Amino acid sequence: MTTTYLAGQYDVIVVGAGHAGVEAGLASARMGAETLVLTINLDAIAFMPCNPSVGGPAKGVVVREIDALGGEMGRNIDKTHIQMRMLNTGKGPAVRALRAQADKFDYQHEMKRTLENTEHLTVRQGMVERLIVVDGVCKGVITNTNAEYRAKSVVLTTGTYLRGKIIIGELSYQSGPNNMQASVELSNHLKELGFDIVRFKTGTPPRVNGKTIDYSKTEIQPGDDEPRAFSYETTTFITEQIPCWLTYTSPETHDIINSNLSRSPMYSGMIEGTGPRYCPSIEDKIVRFNDKPRHQLFLEPEGKNTEEVYVQGLSTSLPEEIQRKILMSIPGLEASKMMRPGYAIEYDAIVPTQLWPTLETKKIKGLFTAGQINGTSGYEEAAGQGIIGGINAACKALGKDPVILDRSQAYIGVLIDDLVTKGTNEPYRLLTSRAEYRLLLRHDNADLRLTEIGHNLGLISEERYQAFKNKKAIIAEEKARLASVMIKPTEEVQALLKERGAGELKESVTAEHFLKRPEIHYEDIAAMTPPEQPLSAEAAEQVEIQIKYDGYIAKQMLQVERMQRMESKKIPEDLDYFAINGLATEAKQKLSVVRPLSVGQASRVSGVNPSDISILLVYLEQGKLAKIAES
Amino acid sequence: MEYETIAAISTPMGEGAISIIRLSGSKAIDIADRLYRGKASLKDVKTHTIHYGKIIDPKTDETIEEVMVSVMRGPKTFTREDVVEINCHGGLVSVKRVLELVLEVGAVLAEPGEFTKRAFLNGRIDLSQAEAVMDLIRAKTDQAMNVAMGQMEGRLSRLIQSLRQTLLEIIAHVEVNIDYPEYDAEEMTNRMLKEKAGYVQNKIKDLLTTAKQGKILREGLSTVIIGRPNVGKSSLLNNLIHENKAIVTDIPGTTRDVIEEYVNIRGVPLKLIDTAGIRETEDIVERMGVERSRQLLKKADLILLLLNYNQELLPEDIQLFEAIQGMDAIIVVNKTDLEKKISLDEVRTLAGPSKVITSSLLKEEGIDELEEAVRDLFFEQGIESQDMTYVSNSRHISLLNQASRAIGDAISSIEDGMPVDLAQIDLRRTWEILGEIIGDTVSDSLIDQLFSQFCLGK
Repeated sequence: MTTTYLAGQYDVIVVGAGHAGVEAGLASARMGAETLVLTINLDAIAFMPCNPSVGGPAKGVVVREIDALGGEMGRNIDKTHIQMRMLNTGKGPAVRALRAQADKFDYQHEMKRTLENTEHLTVRQGMVERLIVVDGVCKGVITNTNAEYRAKSVVLTTGTYLRGKIIIGELSYQSGPNNMQASVELSNHLKELGFDIVRFKTGTPPRVNGKTIDYSKTEIQPGDDEPRAFSYETTTFITEQIPCWLTYTSPETHDIINSNLSRSPMYSGMIEGTGPRYCPSIEDKIVRFNDKPRHQLFLEPEGKNTEEVYVQGLSTSLPEEIQRKILMSIPGLEASKMMRPGYAIEYDAIVPTQLWPTLETKKIKGLFTAGQINGTSGYEEAAGQGIIGGINAACKALGKDPVILDRSQAYIGVLIDDLVTKGTNEPYRLLTSRAEYRLLLRHDNADLRLTEIGHNLGLISEERYQAFKNKKAIIAEEKARLASVMIKPTEEVQALLKERGAGELKESVTAEHFLKRPEIHYEDIAAMTPPEQPLSAEAAEQVEIQIKYDGYIAKQMLQVERMQRMESKKIPEDLDYFAINGLATEAKQKLSVVRPLSVGQASRVSGVNPSDISILLVYLEQGKLAKIAES
Repeated sequence: MEYETIAAISTPMGEGAISIIRLSGSKAIDIADRLYRGKASLKDVKTHTIHYGKIIDPKTDETIEEVMVSVMRGPKTFTREDVVEINCHGGLVSVKRVLELVLEVGAVLAEPGEFTKRAFLNGRIDLSQAEAVMDLIRAKTDQAMNVAMGQMEGRLSRLIQSLRQTLLEIIAHVEVNIDYPEYDAEEMTNRMLKEKAGYVQNKIKDLLTTAKQGKILREGLSTVIIGRPNVGKSSLLNNLIHENKAIVTDIPGTTRDVIEEYVNIRGVPLKLIDTAGIRETEDIVERMGVERSRQLLKKADLILLLLNYNQELLPEDIQLFEAIQGMDAIIVVNKTDLEKKISLDEVRTLAGPSKVITSSLLKEEGIDELEEAVRDLFFEQGIESQDMTYVSNSRHISLLNQASRAIGDAISSIEDGMPVDLAQIDLRRTWEILGEIIGDTVSDSLIDQLFSQFCLGK
């Protein structure tokens, strides 16, 4: 092996600059840790190799959470989107979610500029091939140019680059996303270090030239008229929006796919990686749901300064020739010119049960992993892990306590807990249904849940923190006021109720009580009994949601309390489960792998049943008693 | 509050003289007091004292059992929590009933070994006993597991599984609307949701009805025989009793002059009410007046109305028909050995849904048909003693009641116009509670359902 040269000394090194890497690097540097971000290609910072959009149900809430913790994704998309929509407006507050179409080029450039202008942060092009590990502790990295960087902690955010392989029909070659260089040595090295590696697969659809699309055969999907933003800091809004378009597959599309299945790598056995069920390729959809006469396809522009259009819903690894035939069978795309073919990509990921909830690996101290390397899929899932990985890597380097979000605090908490406790056998996507306390994990209250944590870490400016505290106080004051102000059954009130199709008011009630009626909104009450100072739209929304859904929220809080009791019972990291008499064999094995940090986490490990938890509780108490007996 | 309040029958199951229901936890005294009627509220009594009183069903004010109740406040108790022990005398049937009530008003059924575990966790037991506790939990759990495995093959468990699958499909449909708002799955409207949730609710109610059948099997079917004088009430009574070896019991604490006799009809225990009255006067309507007999009828689960084949229908007969409107009844037209004077068509019209049987008690004819009618009325499918044991299990009844409340909450959310994701909270809760009955609460199945039911992708 050639000799290396010492290229630099840092607190934290982040390997990779995708959506996880940039959040990790920024959080770490903003906390004051000297941070180096290394990436294979500087032009791929915050690159969106798949759909040009950010947010959606659950994912959009994650973006808000990242923002409340002082992360960048929300601010960045607010500056670079071409369209924004609030989804699920007809449903309850817990499932509303923002989604933005990104100008994917602007998004990258803006993020790159932010990185370049952040204090304590160095961004450099370089491919990491090995880690420096001494006595089970990670001390730095070595690149393919023999540069040796030293650090107190290292975060790996390698995305789909690890031993990446692109597959299009009969063609396959080693590659990262969109023909970037793959990272092969590092994957081999992780195996040498003893990590369990799995092979996952994902894919992307072909892109077409928008100039060649006949939009008259499609349906327009415009953005919202009302200005929207992910970040609590955003004050200027993009007003010029670009629409998306909706079209469908045709019977001809299905015929083409069915008669060419033998050439699909998915079915010929060429692909060994496990693909996600929630993002099946078009050939997968047609085989598995062959009774569905047509499938939706959304045409999404990739940016303002390009004609390239992403065909959402048409992810495929069929041969290029077939892809072109498929496109021509779709209404509106008959004459379209394909610009890039879709492809499947296989990559290595590490089994995430090898991580602590801090995202530090159990095997090697000071080594953290975040994003797709941990078996997830999606930019938001990556970014959410990235900020936590970056925070904890910096905490470790700076000698601070780590940050772990629990399942009642954030979707990010649900995501990480699921990964490190249950593992995943397919690329993991966040869904609102994965959160048992969905009503608490809302889009609208991410700041109330997490700003305090972000501020304590030094990731939230004083100015923003003061504004946040102010908002909190206003909400509390207004709620107290509404609990004491009475609404009387006046003619006006009855008229309003009649207009809304609601029952009459029989006697005076508190404004709080009145607001619980589904037909009544905060603005109605503010009109009847205005507060001294009118509330901001955000504060008013909080008052309404907190009062209106109080019963349901209280129910969930009770469940959370119960969970937290179990969560507060800590388990030593090095507990020998095989020494506990009475534990079922399966529980011994599973718990030894996951090594949960609390009884609560232990109870979520699959294969561990309630009696095992009882025995564990008894055993832990016994240990405490033994200590008292000794002393 | 550290743990939920737990309860269980803590004496061996069997026909011992006294059975004890033990409660432990911060709400133990409060829960017991809600069912207890005695000289003082249990909340006001001194610790480590014992009190005479009655356990009543708070919904009906019915007395369930005469009891002695011990109140022991923590920490000087076995578990170091507040402990209440209810001493019952009435044998298994009423003990189970008391336990059901305790669970209904807020206690949860103790897991195997849980009292001992609590005692340990609260520092009551020393180190040397810890291993023994763990063995105990494991041994008892294995037993419970075996029972659960046995149940997996039962009819109840198949029913619950299909119900859960129905719920899961509804939930997945709503979830797909939430997580994939632009996907072209049909939007689950409130009307559809209510209809489907209503279906589940009815099925749970049906299951609770079988629980009621279980209760009938345990406690007997309160049966009243009515009819004008000389239609053959005592003949019927004697026929039933002689055929079926009656057990005569003197029930203390209830109306002293009422004697109840139990007979077993094709596996259905009948508790014949006011048999003494029939014997003495042969005329219940005359003796007590219509008002009093209506009172008696109210308590009855089953009415046997006798008519005379040899006489035309009289106004008194019509009155009796009116009095039993809407109740489970069987009409017996007796004395077919004599000339027919009654119009059977008219009887059938008046009987409505009730079954009409003809008999000659003198010649012992028609008894078999009557017995079959009694059984069919309450156990259409026949008595499957296996399954009945399941649903008469206190834990299952308690969970089914919880599931019924949860699905009820979901339906009222829908009716109140609450957003669909809020109703979803209670739908999921229903699904989870039903899972507890069959020991399956793996939540990942929702995600599996989502992706197998709908075609989602990028």
